Amino acid sequence: MKIFKKLIGSQIMLPLIALLVLVLFNLIWDPSFFAISLGANNAGDPILKGNLVTIFDYGSELAILAIGMTLVTAASGGQDISVGATIAIAGSVILRIIRGNEVNVDTMKAPLIVAFIAAVVATMLVGAFNGALVSFFKVPPMVATLIMFTAGRSIAGWINNYDNIYIGDPRFKIFGGVVPGFPVPTAIIIALVCMIVIALVLKFTTLGLYAQSVGINEKSAKLNGINPIFVKFLTFVLLGVCCAVCGLIQTSRLGTINYSNISLNIEMDAILAVALGGNALGGGKFNMASSVLGAYIIQFLTVTLYKLDVPSTAISAYKAVVVIILVVISSPVVTKKIKEMKSRRNAKEAARKAGVE
Amino acid sequence: MSGVVPVAHARKYFFRDGMNMEKEVLKARNIYKSFPGVKALQGVDFTLREGEIHALMGENGAGKSTLIKVLTGVYTKDEGNICLDDKEVSIHSPEAAQKVGISTVYQEISLCPNLTVAENLYIGRDGKIWKNWRSMNKAAKQLLESLDIPAEPTEQLANCSIAIQQMVAIARSVDMKCKVLILDEPTSSLDENEVQKLFGLMLDLKKRGVGIIFVTHFLDQVYAVCDRITVLRDGKLVGEYLISELPRVQLVSKMLGKDMDDLSDIKSIAKKYDGEDSGKEIFSAHELQSNADIKPFDMSVKKGEINGFTGLLGSGRSECVRAVFGADKVIGGYLDKNGKRIKVKKPIDAMKSGIAYLPEDRKNDGIIGELSVRDNIILALQVLKGPFRPFSKAEAQKFAEEYINLLDIKTASADTPIKSLSGGNQQKVILARWLLTHPEYLILDEPTRGIDVGTKVEIQKLVLQLASEGVSVTFISSEIDEMVRTCSRLIVMRDRQKVGELSGDDVSQQKIMSTIAGD
Repeated sequence: MKIFKKLIGSQIMLPLIALLVLVLFNLIWDPSFFAISLGANNAGDPILKGNLVTIFDYGSELAILAIGMTLVTAASGGQDISVGATIAIAGSVILRIIRGNEVNVDTMKAPLIVAFIAAVVATMLVGAFNGALVSFFKVPPMVATLIMFTAGRSIAGWINNYDNIYIGDPRFKIFGGVVPGFPVPTAIIIALVCMIVIALVLKFTTLGLYAQSVGINEKSAKLNGINPIFVKFLTFVLLGVCCAVCGLIQTSRLGTINYSNISLNIEMDAILAVALGGNALGGGKFNMASSVLGAYIIQFLTVTLYKLDVPSTAISAYKAVVVIILVVISSPVVTKKIKEMKSRRNAKEAARKAGVE
Repeated sequence: MSGVVPVAHARKYFFRDGMNMEKEVLKARNIYKSFPGVKALQGVDFTLREGEIHALMGENGAGKSTLIKVLTGVYTKDEGNICLDDKEVSIHSPEAAQKVGISTVYQEISLCPNLTVAENLYIGRDGKIWKNWRSMNKAAKQLLESLDIPAEPTEQLANCSIAIQQMVAIARSVDMKCKVLILDEPTSSLDENEVQKLFGLMLDLKKRGVGIIFVTHFLDQVYAVCDRITVLRDGKLVGEYLISELPRVQLVSKMLGKDMDDLSDIKSIAKKYDGEDSGKEIFSAHELQSNADIKPFDMSVKKGEINGFTGLLGSGRSECVRAVFGADKVIGGYLDKNGKRIKVKKPIDAMKSGIAYLPEDRKNDGIIGELSVRDNIILALQVLKGPFRPFSKAEAQKFAEEYINLLDIKTASADTPIKSLSGGNQQKVILARWLLTHPEYLILDEPTRGIDVGTKVEIQKLVLQLASEGVSVTFISSEIDEMVRTCSRLIVMRDRQKVGELSGDDVSQQKIMSTIAGD
């Protein structure tokens, strides 16, 4: 009861309600939506199947991105719109290293860990570039990241000469599929690891306090000994790392890369996840769990729409409707009204109690 | 002040016939207003006469703002009536208030900085879309000249000084034929010169028969321009007085509801620090200079000593202490601690050597608005402790509760966002933040600005107590009597330069004034 009371009026309430509505809707429409079964993938390995698994599996990238995007939003008061392009760069770097000089690769020519580390370095550099523009040169985040948004996919193509690569090595497919013998999709595990890591970082460092302080009042944070330039820079670099992880999952899913289409428009969903989590896009206070929940809600919605046989081209329009509803509900005008209603009810109750006594 | 009263002929057409200082233009009677849990106004009466400047005084939370918001239609009163020119009016919105002739100019200017002066004067007043820009500029020029406001109609408002912006806001109200003009803390961001200009304008308006309600924290200013004072306390009316009948000390005691004898002489009562190392110089600056346009200066502070920087606004007092703390970029000179040179390039360096700095601008440099009182309190200590050793929530809560009790901070809980606290309590939170770091040297830049009299006294007492425990303090205040009451040594600044140092019996109002003036 106490936990429940704490939840009400907290930031995570809105995404929770949205989730509840989606769950209820699907329960009523078709209870079998939630069925999970054990099947096998193309390679014959056991894998869990069902809509819930799909949501968590394909929501992984978005959830991981939402983590980084939340930090960037909190500290810089703006968003990074280059994450899709950065994922393309990460994926391209990974393929460049494991393919050697071939186009159709049956066995990886270099250890995957090397490729992944190279991708992390590359995306951290992209993050550092964005971060330097935003923190040191004080360019508004959206303008600063517009550069990579435009150039990133070309860079990704250039890294591999725009070659049409296919990696057939089953060891590479693990990250977008399953570990043989373990039926839970690997992406779910990776996302879970990322969440645990960020939870530990937020618990055992002051990153959260610093990022929020810088986002709310940079001058004041500076006078308290915080280096706002570094904090903002750091959040962009961390978002870069998130992009590298997404790049690995994405390329592993397909075994190939389409430079101009990989993770297309994912930046908008990542920003939306942060907003759905009830975080102010103008920076400042944030709730990481809310953002991650927001990411899964977007995926939940997408899968629900697919189940309803909405054509994939029309899905964006349906999503937009849901976004409108959520944005209006969490708008200042409505929240103020709700607060007023609450305080009026409280006052009435207090008056009634006083009358009884 | 006569120098700023403008030429008479230009403003002739503004004068009203048959002006009568005793004619009551605004009468508010028996006003009640409650909020959940708070009775903000309980049967308050307020009377404003034609052509008078009427100060509305009271501590924070006395009900000043509520009364003003009721008069201007921001809040709706629960009970009571408001008469304008003997006719009862009902005011439901700020627009309605303007229509009947009650205008307000707030501390934070509510004009559009990206428009020109003329546009700001006339925009949105007639509800028409089409404007004849040339005739508008012409009319604006006439209006500005008539009020002797030195601004060009075509100048962008953002390029004008704050004082001019405020005057433009006033001109807009006056031109809308207001009978009652409410000035809510108009002087808190103005320097001495600008305040004089504003007073000139106020006296001019007064001659034209406008009734002015003046809300301010500065007692000097009340006694410089006002005719009457109405004092509120705890949502109730204490009384209405002619300025000549109410000496300052009585005004303060009426605001506080008690005699403030202890206010005058807290220094002599306070214990002096008497450790072995008392009198030992612990921090000293040599030829220190920052990029904030100040001349190189020397200064030092002894163990358990309170010194102060004084001078007019803009004389460079704040810039000096900011240089010591590393808040501005240091471009010359150095800092010694116990005779050994230390490197202070950024605030964190200063914090590590035991210096704490409470900035002048609480809202922009001090508080982290949306964060809780708890996070605001622990912030500086947390930064000192380093990014990899965060306080647990329980530890932070313990610190917060300790200082909330110690400084008597009025907040619903440690979880409350600091921005919802009153100014005085916000200042206490910032003070708690720095006390928690147990500084050896505490720099307080205008710690008493914009907060109520009671808290001012509390803070001064706290400063004296800290010094008696061996903390060295630098205290800066615009109110010279506060400086005299607390500091034992004063550094006097003029035009961004140190012009003198006073100690012992020289620390007196007279001597400070003459040193500032350079006589």
